[in-house]
Amino acid sequence: MKAKHQRLTLALIAIAAVIGAGFLALAGLRDNAALFRTPSELALEPVPPGQNIRLGGMVEDGSIRQLPDGITITFTVEDGDASVPVRFSGITPDLFQENSGVVAEGAFDPRGVFVADNILAKHDENYMPPPLEDMAQADDSAS
Amino acid sequence: MHRFANPTRFLKVARPLTPWLFWAGLAIAGFALFAGLTMTPADYLQGESVRIMYVHVPAAWLGMAGWSAILVASVVQLVWRHPLAGIAGRAVAAPGAMFTAICLVTGSIWGRPTWGAWWVWDGRLTSMLVLLFLYFAYIALAAASEERATTSRAAAIFGVLGAINLPIIHYSVTWWNSLHQAQSITLQGSTIAGSILWPLPIAVLGFSLIFAAIVLMRMRGLIADIRIEARLKRLAAA
Repeated sequence: MKAKHQRLTLALIAIAAVIGAGFLALAGLRDNAALFRTPSELALEPVPPGQNIRLGGMVEDGSIRQLPDGITITFTVEDGDASVPVRFSGITPDLFQENSGVVAEGAFDPRGVFVADNILAKHDENYMPPPLEDMAQADDSAS
Repeated sequence: MHRFANPTRFLKVARPLTPWLFWAGLAIAGFALFAGLTMTPADYLQGESVRIMYVHVPAAWLGMAGWSAILVASVVQLVWRHPLAGIAGRAVAAPGAMFTAICLVTGSIWGRPTWGAWWVWDGRLTSMLVLLFLYFAYIALAAASEERATTSRAAAIFGVLGAINLPIIHYSVTWWNSLHQAQSITLQGSTIAGSILWPLPIAVLGFSLIFAAIVLMRMRGLIADIRIEARLKRLAAA
């Protein structure tokens, strides 16, 4: 076997090992590297009140209510199977709205309400112009 | 392939090619950015901040393509002992790090109004930050080795090992639940409306040409350095 071929074989084995290690790391970190837990994960494995976690899911349609103090809102985060009531005092991001993704940082209170210190809006992978302009733009790109 | 192993022959091609790549890239990227700022509609949710993607996406692509190029150059250097491969790997590292940094900064600027946070320790963001640090380590390692770039094997081995991060970056949004959105553009098509999407591939092409021009410039610079050193050695020996 020529030295060059030997080095080529070694390099190919090294690349295969590196790629394999990457996927192993992905699979191994799967639980720990998740940014947030979903309501159905929390239903299976509840966390004790007071422990800080991130809760992620969709804001349920029609669930956002403003309390009389003016800065506190309550809403429900759901993922299709389970849901969690959330309370938050403060300013929400512009993209925070019903039927859209949200990540809330905070902890459960003893009554099972998730009290959030911070709200992050999750943007999905869909990009489109505002609905009114949509048809005009479609015509433009068609012509 | 082996025809270009000779640095002299490489320079004969690279020298006239550099300005063409650079000015064409600048014109194409400039047009794409102008189109992205004036000729496309705002997004229905993100508003005007969607336009950051015309810089963010090409920068992310070049940050990852840069390390893929380092991987290829490292393998060629280790297996074939190609004199230009080590030089190419070193030349790619600086613009690769630069575009990775641009990707992180533009993403952060976009994240503040969209998500409500400049930075989140999300799988995609963290793995991209790791890529930036890998570039710094590669640059330091290549500069620290006493041998010249053509023979520095430590940097080449690190170039292969660092590629571990590429699949992690790519799959970080599919495998872990993350704040960063999933892929918009896949082999099955795109979830970005055509009226917003069209300048994006033009911007990717333009920035890629600029990237290639920077790599050729740096390769020529590194070859010149090596020649100066060789000449000084000969003078000192005489």
